[in-house]
Amino acid sequence: MKKRLACLWLEENKMRLTAKILKKPITSALLAIVCGFLVAAIVLAAAHYNPWQAFGALFSGMFARPKYISNVIIKATPIILTGLSVAFAFKTSLFNIGAEGQYIVSAMVVTMLGVKLNLPAVIQIPVLMVAGIAAGGIWGGFVGLLKAKFGIHEVITSIMLNWIAFYLSNYIVNLPAFHQPNSTGTYPINQSGYIVLLPNWKTSPQGIASLEKTPWLKEIMLKTDVNFGFIIALVMAVLIWFLLSRTSKGFELCAVGYNKDAAEFAGINVNKNLFDAMLISGALSGLAGAVAVMGTNPHNISTLAAFENNGFNGLSVAFIAGGSPIGCIFAGLLFGGFLYGGQTVQSEVGAPSEIINIMMGTIVFFMALTKVVQVFADKLAKGSAAHAE
Amino acid sequence: MEVSSKYAVQMHGIVKTFGSFCALDHVDLDVKKGTVHALLGENGAGKSTMMNILYGFYQADSGKIYINGNEVRIKDPSTAIRHGIGMVHQHFMLVENFTVLQNVILGSEVTDRFGVLNMKKARSKVEKIAGQYGFDVDLDAKIEDISVGMQQRVEILKALYRGVDILILDEPTAVLTPQEISELMDIMKSLVKSGKTIILITHKLKEIQQSSNACTIIRRGKLIDTVKPQEVDEEALAAKMVGHPVRLVVEKTPAKPKDVVLEIDHLCVKDKRGLDAVKDLSLKIHRGEIFGIAGVDGNGQEELVNAITCLSRAESGTIKINGQEIQNTTPQNVIGHKISTIPEDRQRRGLVLNFSCEKNMVLEKYKSSPFSRHGIMQDGEIKEYTKKLVGDYDIRPAGCGPMQVRSLSGGNQQKLIIAREISNEPDLLIAVQPTRGLDVGAIEYVHKMLVRERDEGKAVLLISLELDEVLSVADTIGVIYDGSINGTFSQDQADEKTIGLLMAGGKQNAVNG
Amino acid sequence: MQTSSRKEVLHMLNNLTLLISITFMYSAPLIFGALGGVTSERSGVVNIGIEGMMNIGAFAGTAVCYYSGNPWLGFLAAGAAGGLLALLHAFAAVTCKADQTISGIALNLIGPGFALFLCRMFFQGATMSKPITNKLPKIFGDLKTQSTVLKNLNLDITAVLALLLAVILWFVLYKTKWGLRIRSVGEHPAASDSLGISVTRTRYICVLLSGIFAGFGGGCMTLDIIPQYTPTAISGQGFIALAAVIFGKWTPFGAYGACMLFGFAQALTVVLGGGKFAVPSEILAMLPYVLTIIVLILFVGRAVAPKEDGIPYEKGTR
Repeated sequence: MKKRLACLWLEENKMRLTAKILKKPITSALLAIVCGFLVAAIVLAAAHYNPWQAFGALFSGMFARPKYISNVIIKATPIILTGLSVAFAFKTSLFNIGAEGQYIVSAMVVTMLGVKLNLPAVIQIPVLMVAGIAAGGIWGGFVGLLKAKFGIHEVITSIMLNWIAFYLSNYIVNLPAFHQPNSTGTYPINQSGYIVLLPNWKTSPQGIASLEKTPWLKEIMLKTDVNFGFIIALVMAVLIWFLLSRTSKGFELCAVGYNKDAAEFAGINVNKNLFDAMLISGALSGLAGAVAVMGTNPHNISTLAAFENNGFNGLSVAFIAGGSPIGCIFAGLLFGGFLYGGQTVQSEVGAPSEIINIMMGTIVFFMALTKVVQVFADKLAKGSAAHAE
Repeated sequence: MEVSSKYAVQMHGIVKTFGSFCALDHVDLDVKKGTVHALLGENGAGKSTMMNILYGFYQADSGKIYINGNEVRIKDPSTAIRHGIGMVHQHFMLVENFTVLQNVILGSEVTDRFGVLNMKKARSKVEKIAGQYGFDVDLDAKIEDISVGMQQRVEILKALYRGVDILILDEPTAVLTPQEISELMDIMKSLVKSGKTIILITHKLKEIQQSSNACTIIRRGKLIDTVKPQEVDEEALAAKMVGHPVRLVVEKTPAKPKDVVLEIDHLCVKDKRGLDAVKDLSLKIHRGEIFGIAGVDGNGQEELVNAITCLSRAESGTIKINGQEIQNTTPQNVIGHKISTIPEDRQRRGLVLNFSCEKNMVLEKYKSSPFSRHGIMQDGEIKEYTKKLVGDYDIRPAGCGPMQVRSLSGGNQQKLIIAREISNEPDLLIAVQPTRGLDVGAIEYVHKMLVRERDEGKAVLLISLELDEVLSVADTIGVIYDGSINGTFSQDQADEKTIGLLMAGGKQNAVNG
Repeated sequence: MQTSSRKEVLHMLNNLTLLISITFMYSAPLIFGALGGVTSERSGVVNIGIEGMMNIGAFAGTAVCYYSGNPWLGFLAAGAAGGLLALLHAFAAVTCKADQTISGIALNLIGPGFALFLCRMFFQGATMSKPITNKLPKIFGDLKTQSTVLKNLNLDITAVLALLLAVILWFVLYKTKWGLRIRSVGEHPAASDSLGISVTRTRYICVLLSGIFAGFGGGCMTLDIIPQYTPTAISGQGFIALAAVIFGKWTPFGAYGACMLFGFAQALTVVLGGGKFAVPSEILAMLPYVLTIIVLILFVGRAVAPKEDGIPYEKGTR
């Protein structure tokens, strides 16, 4: 009899532990990533490529040299920010599919101001950044305004604004005031607006001399566009996490996101919060655009033939992160790493680099399914609780 | 009971578990043909589950079902319909923006070739059946435009159109006036006379006694007894349902009303479709008084509460609390004027289910100190506050603070809302359908709380669709019909028949005259 | 009549018919995509993945046509490819009750990913397929005429097919029992379930159809407008189709009209852009989108999707 009880106790605790592990959002993400690799492996094998070789090329393309790692971080920075933007909007149950347009207008405004203004860096940098954030904020806030005031679905407004931003940007690029002759882009912004790490020092004789001592640092500094953008992205992720989980504003936003009716009943101004959420969300995507122009070569914008997907990739980042702000950092690094390392897969193994898109898409797909995992975990937990009763 | 064809439905040894929760534990049910058989039990007792199995929504884990003496396997609603079983659900299964005709024929449409609908043929078929049983329905009206009583008739018509012999009615009288209830009883009688069998799921003791030939009582998934209602009195039935003797009357001392707290004058409010819902409504509620509003759903109760809490615009008229006008301000302002509301739909309006109990407890207070300082939430204060209220109001489980509120039972969720609203120390407490979906113990608790508030000198406005509740709890009773109060009584003056007539549109003077 | 004014009239007629022709041409892929969106969402499943389904359809269509020489075979293949991708969405949304938005976005990555992947495999590592010589025919076939006006009025057959599909979809949705059931599943799945209508099967079929239609849309693009598959063949049309669904209030003709509007605006930019107008082409290109927002604010107002759109159906939730 005692043995029976002990077995039951073990069973019920195993269930509870499994449930606890399954419920953690990171488990879902890890499971999804594993599935992504599995599917990619199957597709590669079916196309007569060696999956191990391909994955090896991918990882070496991400980590093998210091400059690769640096480039991964640089590539990840804008999508961490757009990911944050989407994740933030999601908290108020808004779907910010307009991150792309918000990014574009910000890059556009930052370029316009950065080319025309030539203030000392101490002023230029904040001015440009604020301008970019504001541009994105306005682009996003407009969507929020239309939703709050007229009940117009944010998806349709965002899609329209994406296209308007697209053509507006191209229009600006082709204006004689900004267009760089014999190119498809604008003039670069004045150097005082750069947020690159020590651009002048690293190319000066003293700089080069001291860098010789640390070859990895030399490689990173001289061969990549190391800039402050990543730090900015990290800081924003932490700030957004703090805003959502610790402040009364975050409380309001989450309440509205989970249950508009109850929030309204409790005296929370729902429309204002919807607007605020889109405003902040747009501002984050705007920051992404600003950081991209100010931080990386060629420090300008070009004529777009199609969407560059900085905003759309932010959607994937947000989903892989399960909507968590801190998670966006890791999801952004993952996505950025894959995007960057994917080129190596093609060059070394010959497999089309689009396998990366397939893999990323699969990961996002399985993240969608992870709700099933959570529900399963809930049932498991309930089951063990009922046992206890 | 042996299997025989004189029983329309026999369910033997039904077992159903959900995960490790046992909803039905070897329950038997034998329904004689041509009778009305009631299934009595509290919320969550298992009676709905039993019928959902009969109708094919769920499959039993074990047990057998016999229809007219033959064993059957009912794997989905289509099969149930084929065996002549129809169900009128408690929450109507009607597509709101379809017409009555479309709803009736859905799934069993009349078609020409290639599935093209033949609405003319369908119409004449339905009209014939409606006429056969004396139903009066407008086939082209959209469901969202017709009354609740009418919607219920559509549901019954749906079943008859499919030629059912066995009709399951799930809590049919919850939304009807006393007159409509007696009309329903007549319909049931005429159906039974033409050979149909009716299974009535209910927790309303009076109706069982008036209408049923037999009554099976289920409690916590177990069969308790099957009785002839005419041979048992209400108290005994209630005791079997709950498991212990139950007080059916609310105990309270006489009211001592003082000055006016809430004064509504000539209020007019439109509903969300722009039609007039509250039409020139006036009432006064005093400190130390429970004012109960009785009425059929859809006569302006929702819009009245929305106007008081400023969730809707008041087109004209005034709402004064302690002499100050509050109409057309904001919900926040209303809360600030010491009006607290226990909402009708606790899961939609009252709680953010994904939030913890602690967060829900401060849902209206989160911005003010001590719960937040300089915009930053003070978790420690929130925890302490919640712990105290959980203890005071006996919310279970005791350590529920950090748990998601969705994991609490309905009764405990309601206790949380009551704790939250009462601790605002309101001058006016509004309670809308506060005992919906709760078991007898929780209902008793809620009523006790309302009386306690009134005894402490607060004003209480109780709006309920359960006439019995209003009659037993309220000191003053107002009847709402078509957007205004058409009769006001004190508790000792009120009698059910008169109020019932007013609920259906009669005038007070005419009734008294 | 003077020859100069005759010339002017002819010029205007040319432009008018050119406008009509391009409108029909550009709107065809959008219409197919949007009708796919309507089908899916009417049954209660949000389909954000139209873009991805159009993409894979675009590739499949032109690849099959190139290797088989038959554009109709390509068109069918396009639909099949879109449908296959949609099956994933149906599985996630209906069986797994997953978040439909996330699933749709995933397909927007997987669709083009596979399309480009397969393109490299079948076209010697290039990201563009080889152009096809047998495009989808025009309605009057190979019209040999000097008149540009008549040439312009010789619309692509895709225009007719798109209109046909809109009419058929309207008829099915509102005049047949299948349509009644689809709509009931989208509005009140519990009621439908209680009457014996399989919510799962209805939704699976509708999502599958939406993928097939979207695939046809992609095929229109690469079997007709740009007779080959390129990475930018489908860039945003799927999203415009989605916007058209909302704009058209989830009705077949509403979506059709919205797509014609977008197609018309795009045609305007082509016809006016080369002309004497001082308005830069980018501003013209922006117009349809600005117009949509203005119209939304003035007229459409609250979006009224099918009641249970996007919410997975759980038995017992009543």
